[in-house]
Amino acid sequence: MTPSTPQLPRTLFEKIWDQHLVLPRVAGPSLVYIDRHILHEGSFHAFKDLRARGLSIRNPKQIFGVADHYVPTTSRDPQDAVTQEIKEVILKFDDNMKWSGAHYFSIKDAQQGIVHVVGPEQGISLPGSIITCSDSHTSTHGAMGAIAFGVGQSESTHIMATQTLWQTKPLQMRVELQGKPADGVSGKDIILAVIAKLGVAGAVGHAVEYAGTALQWLSLDERLTMCNMTIEAGARSGVIAADDLVFDYLHGRSFAPQGHAWDQALKEWRLLPSDNGCHFDRQLSLNVAELAPRLTWGTSPDSSIAIDEVIPDPAQLSDPHARQAALAALAYMGLTPGARANTIKIDRVFIGSCTNSRLSDLRIAAKILRGQRAVVPGLVVAGSMLVKKAAEAEGLDKVFKAAGLEWREPGCSMCVGINGDLAAANERVASTSNRNFIGRQGPGVRTHLVSPAMAAAAAITGYFTDVRTLLGQK
Amino acid sequence: MPGFTQLRAIAAPLEGRNIDTDQIIPARFLKKDRDALYKTYLFHDLRFDEDAKPRADFVLNKPAFNNAQILVADDNFGCGSSREGAVYCLSDFGIRAILAPSFGDIFFNNCLKNGLLPIKLEAKTVERIRQALTQQVQTNAANCEISIDLASCTLQAPGLSEVLTFTLDPFWHECLLKGVDELTLTLGYEKDIKSFEQQHYRTRPWLAALK
Repeated sequence: MTPSTPQLPRTLFEKIWDQHLVLPRVAGPSLVYIDRHILHEGSFHAFKDLRARGLSIRNPKQIFGVADHYVPTTSRDPQDAVTQEIKEVILKFDDNMKWSGAHYFSIKDAQQGIVHVVGPEQGISLPGSIITCSDSHTSTHGAMGAIAFGVGQSESTHIMATQTLWQTKPLQMRVELQGKPADGVSGKDIILAVIAKLGVAGAVGHAVEYAGTALQWLSLDERLTMCNMTIEAGARSGVIAADDLVFDYLHGRSFAPQGHAWDQALKEWRLLPSDNGCHFDRQLSLNVAELAPRLTWGTSPDSSIAIDEVIPDPAQLSDPHARQAALAALAYMGLTPGARANTIKIDRVFIGSCTNSRLSDLRIAAKILRGQRAVVPGLVVAGSMLVKKAAEAEGLDKVFKAAGLEWREPGCSMCVGINGDLAAANERVASTSNRNFIGRQGPGVRTHLVSPAMAAAAAITGYFTDVRTLLGQK
Repeated sequence: MPGFTQLRAIAAPLEGRNIDTDQIIPARFLKKDRDALYKTYLFHDLRFDEDAKPRADFVLNKPAFNNAQILVADDNFGCGSSREGAVYCLSDFGIRAILAPSFGDIFFNNCLKNGLLPIKLEAKTVERIRQALTQQVQTNAANCEISIDLASCTLQAPGLSEVLTFTLDPFWHECLLKGVDELTLTLGYEKDIKSFEQQHYRTRPWLAALK
């Protein structure tokens, strides 16, 4: 694809893209400059490759390490990792980060957290920048007005050594969100609805931009949730034009520009939104005012229904492949077509992950749980040490503990389970995370993706429950 | 990285759309170094039961396909997590090419960096090949092979009467064909990167304003 001609109206993505072309090529991949690259413990393959080649990190100031995937959530000590092997991965990351000379938020750091929570929180994720991380949910940072996408280990090595990457410009997709979401309907419900509409492969090869009147009703945390799960529709990145909400949030943060540099940046950032009349290869629109809280019923993130709907009947699907997939998903999930969502009994809740572990997520969950007992066990895992501290200052930890839930230290935890935080086979989990894949939270575990409010509601009743009915009582 | 020129090898039909990288390699194996055992993690929970016994019905456990070097998959193969371990274990198992109507974007790129050839074809065509391969086994016929010639971007497969042409971006085509190490290539552009950086930080100094 040709680099866009500056005179033509351009999308937000295209403006940022054009500013980062080291070697523009007419077709195929261009060499693109990467402003910030973030690593987690899984980076050991990339470090091994880099060291074996006798290379070092080219721009250590632009590289950030955050320990999140493998860290225990029971303490801040690698010694408490559930296995020796996991402990070694955490310690290896310590070694590699020390060797790298890059910024490092270790398990013991007071600002540690989940990479995609720490990036915005520290002002690492800036509008107009290109951000990569060896994690598919890097799309999260798009809510800060940046191009942000996940990379593999080889790409990570390449960025560490050259601060660049060969990338083909993706097609442009605009998702227009109209209307005001009802109380109890969050960014999580909206993105689940968007993914259901697009399908898990619906946005492959595209960069998605969210726009429309609904955005004014969404908090920054909710926007981060939406960009976070954009990868679940197949798009490597999701972006929302930065506005005052983002600028106010970033101002004064640790790695954000200060003083004159801030003023200069702000002037430039205000020019970035998509031009009127720019071209999108695909457009989709959704009225969010019509949405109800949602939950997934299957084993891929596009299989979601509203809380007042029933489990769909695969027999209604005309495509034999889709029918086969739906039958297999229902068998794994132990569900019957036609069953009402509120008759599904859960065994466990998980409130956390890069999708839903920010302060407002914890606040809404605590609002539902206040003065109540959870009838199932569960974990509440704050997204970062700073979120944890802020939540504790408001007494949210006490609400969760009084409800019988565990209040844990920050990390990816049960979203991916690499640190050993897993559910048992056949357990049904109401989870605020991002993937309901087979075995994601442990072999045989049945994951239902929901918002923090819906997870809290399910914890109290033991069944998926329309959180709007509980909010009415508050 | 050795170049990829031609390949004539057994191809296994893998049914199912949206096979995510969690299915290709479950997260619990990601902490492992890439050693001799890595190939055993491939499709682990699909290939083996709870007692680590091979599941007879999984395609790569069938005698006709356990030496497969080519996979014929369905839509959105390799979606989900960015874990490159998915490509490592495919590669270490011996898989050198994958045919599918579409791939997860990150997985597709990860394949290219590891000399694994991802070939995008029309869904109808891929389905026809999968059906033909399945039939070959049912009738005990010997022809489960696909021939790929990367230089001409052509392939021959059971179920297809004609030689099929596929497309791959010329940049990656050349990298794969010649076994170009991308990082070595980019290091040769250091001057360009340096001059870009100077201009980038002159116009956008806040991006350099790091502690």
